[in-house]
Amino acid sequence: MEIARDESNALTRIVTIQNRFGIHARPAALFVKTANRFQCDISVEKDDVRVSGKSIIGLMTIEGYQGATIRISATGADAPEALDALEELVAQKFFED
Amino acid sequence: MHSRNWSHRNSSRTDVTTGTSTPRTAELEFKGVGVSPGIAIGAAFIVAPDDDTVVMREITVADVPRELQRFENALVVTRQQIHDLQHRMTAELGQESAQIFEAHLLMLEDRAILDEVVRVLKTKLQNIEFVVQQVAERYTQALLRLEDDYLRERAVDVRDIARRLLRNLAGHSSSALADLDQPCIVIAHDLSPSETAGLNREKVLGFATDLGSPTSHTAIMARALGIPAVVGMHDISLRVAANDAVLVDGQHGQVFIQPARERLERYERKAKDRRTIQARLTTLRDQPARTRDGYDIPLAANIEQPSDVDSVLTNGAVGIGLYRTEFLFVKSDHLPTEDEQAAAYEDVARRVAPYPAIIRTMDIGGDKFVSHLKMPQQVNPFMGWRAIRFCLAQPDIFKTQLRAILRASTLRNVKIMYPMISNVKEVIEANRLLAEAKTELAARSVAFDPDIEVGVMIEVPSAALTADLIAPHIRFFSIGTNDLVQYTLAVDRVNELVTNLYEPTHPAILKLIKNTIDVGHEHGLWTGVCGEMGGNPLLVPLLIGLGIDELSINAPGIPLVKDVIRSLRFSQAEELAQQALRSGSAEEVLANCRALVNHTAPEILELVE
Repeated sequence: MEIARDESNALTRIVTIQNRFGIHARPAALFVKTANRFQCDISVEKDDVRVSGKSIIGLMTIEGYQGATIRISATGADAPEALDALEELVAQKFFED
Repeated sequence: MHSRNWSHRNSSRTDVTTGTSTPRTAELEFKGVGVSPGIAIGAAFIVAPDDDTVVMREITVADVPRELQRFENALVVTRQQIHDLQHRMTAELGQESAQIFEAHLLMLEDRAILDEVVRVLKTKLQNIEFVVQQVAERYTQALLRLEDDYLRERAVDVRDIARRLLRNLAGHSSSALADLDQPCIVIAHDLSPSETAGLNREKVLGFATDLGSPTSHTAIMARALGIPAVVGMHDISLRVAANDAVLVDGQHGQVFIQPARERLERYERKAKDRRTIQARLTTLRDQPARTRDGYDIPLAANIEQPSDVDSVLTNGAVGIGLYRTEFLFVKSDHLPTEDEQAAAYEDVARRVAPYPAIIRTMDIGGDKFVSHLKMPQQVNPFMGWRAIRFCLAQPDIFKTQLRAILRASTLRNVKIMYPMISNVKEVIEANRLLAEAKTELAARSVAFDPDIEVGVMIEVPSAALTADLIAPHIRFFSIGTNDLVQYTLAVDRVNELVTNLYEPTHPAILKLIKNTIDVGHEHGLWTGVCGEMGGNPLLVPLLIGLGIDELSINAPGIPLVKDVIRSLRFSQAEELAQQALRSGSAEEVLANCRALVNHTAPEILELVE
């Protein structure tokens, strides 16, 4: 895992999707619900496609299949906590497998 | 309100979070065709079309807050519906199955979508329904492009949510009409006869529809019920929000959304004047419809179902000139049996006795359809397989009805009328089936009136022109002016684009009516009018002058027409008719009719103008 600040002062983490079916509706829902607990703006980027981390449809459309690498960025006071929580979610395979 | 779910706290969009603001306060005025007089004021109840069509309309910057408010309200309702669904599914199928609704709820609260809706609304200035549909469709397409089968299927979910939202934006589906529990003004794109048949009439204060004309079904029903109605309003169903205050002026064909206070006051004064005049008219109830020089015109009433008989009697009608039996068929979920039909007909006949009740055999297939009767799709149903044509092709169904009518005839006040006759062969064939029906009842030892009178409706020009061929087979004519005008002038009576061509005083119509009456009299038959023309106080003197023997109209209109007749001399009517037959202009005839009524019964003009 890597942590970095990008040009817009956002904290970012790059994670790999590990659950077998990728970011489907249920994982996307869990991701959004988790993201919504935080005030910070959150975005998710894969292959130059960038969507809001609080948009379930956005997340579904990035096709986060198993093994895909996504970049999660967060801007705001509680960005570190948000990234921790989201990273944990992905690492736990969305509690699916 | 839950606006936080779809607006940025830290952006200029916070203005949409007006949870407590009321919608538009400025009055909106709409002009249409007034088809049933009177004034109604109430809350809008919007009937959404079942096909989920969304029409784009442009809005102004001033409309934006209101559209956003509607969006927000629809979101709240939709969220609640999905929550309820989720609970039900969890209870019935377990948590696993209900999880998809979790995703639905998140989609509904999806910032990306909600923000886009708000942005598109503000930049493109289109109605919220259209914007929601466009945005949802864009996301649907994005999901459909994915390679993953499972995710592709989520496109269905997005569409499902969008449809739910749109339905909640629009108001109610037509099935909700039956469950109306608050008095309201019903606003719809169009209302089908089955929708109007199903609605809770006691709660409807008024109607306003996008489509329709004076003779469309909504109009006819509104008049029968005495409920103010305006039709042909083009897009009112899209421009009014549920529960908006609405004022319907059925006299002048005007509808006001969120009417201004001064307007309400003006209308209340007018309503008081009308009540005074109408109170005077009700004193006419027990007086005969007799001209000042002693000429009697029996005034009968048109009804759709047995429950309408009360209004017939309270308005002082002397019988029923047209009982539209098709509503028995439209309302039922199966083909009504002989017993079921007989019960309805007997009820009507018993309650109007000793006055006559003319029962028209079913007129299915024009603008009235029955789901349990197999009817092919027809491009031009008004000229298609309807009414007597349908009945003669289905002798079992037809004879069942004829037997039921015969069973109701034991008090000898029932008459039978065939609709949509276009040639004498149909009359002969229908009479043959009637004779069979009588034989069948006799074989069962069931009582009926063997001399039951049979008449035909004159509503097809060919029947009016060959009245002399038809007359020997029947006992009376009843002119159905709605269809006679439609067929003679080739004007679709439910197409609001050609409403201006629908002219009952057209010389061609007057000639056909005159011919029918004259032929009838030569053969010793009486001729009535059971169409809308007979209920128009302005045209009543003209019909009387042409020699009409009876008028059958909607019950609430009877006092008005009676007042016109009682203020009139038969000689004045005759003179008017002679003038009309010489005139080549529908407008001129109408102007003369108005001038006469203005002379004899100015207080009536006060009510109808």
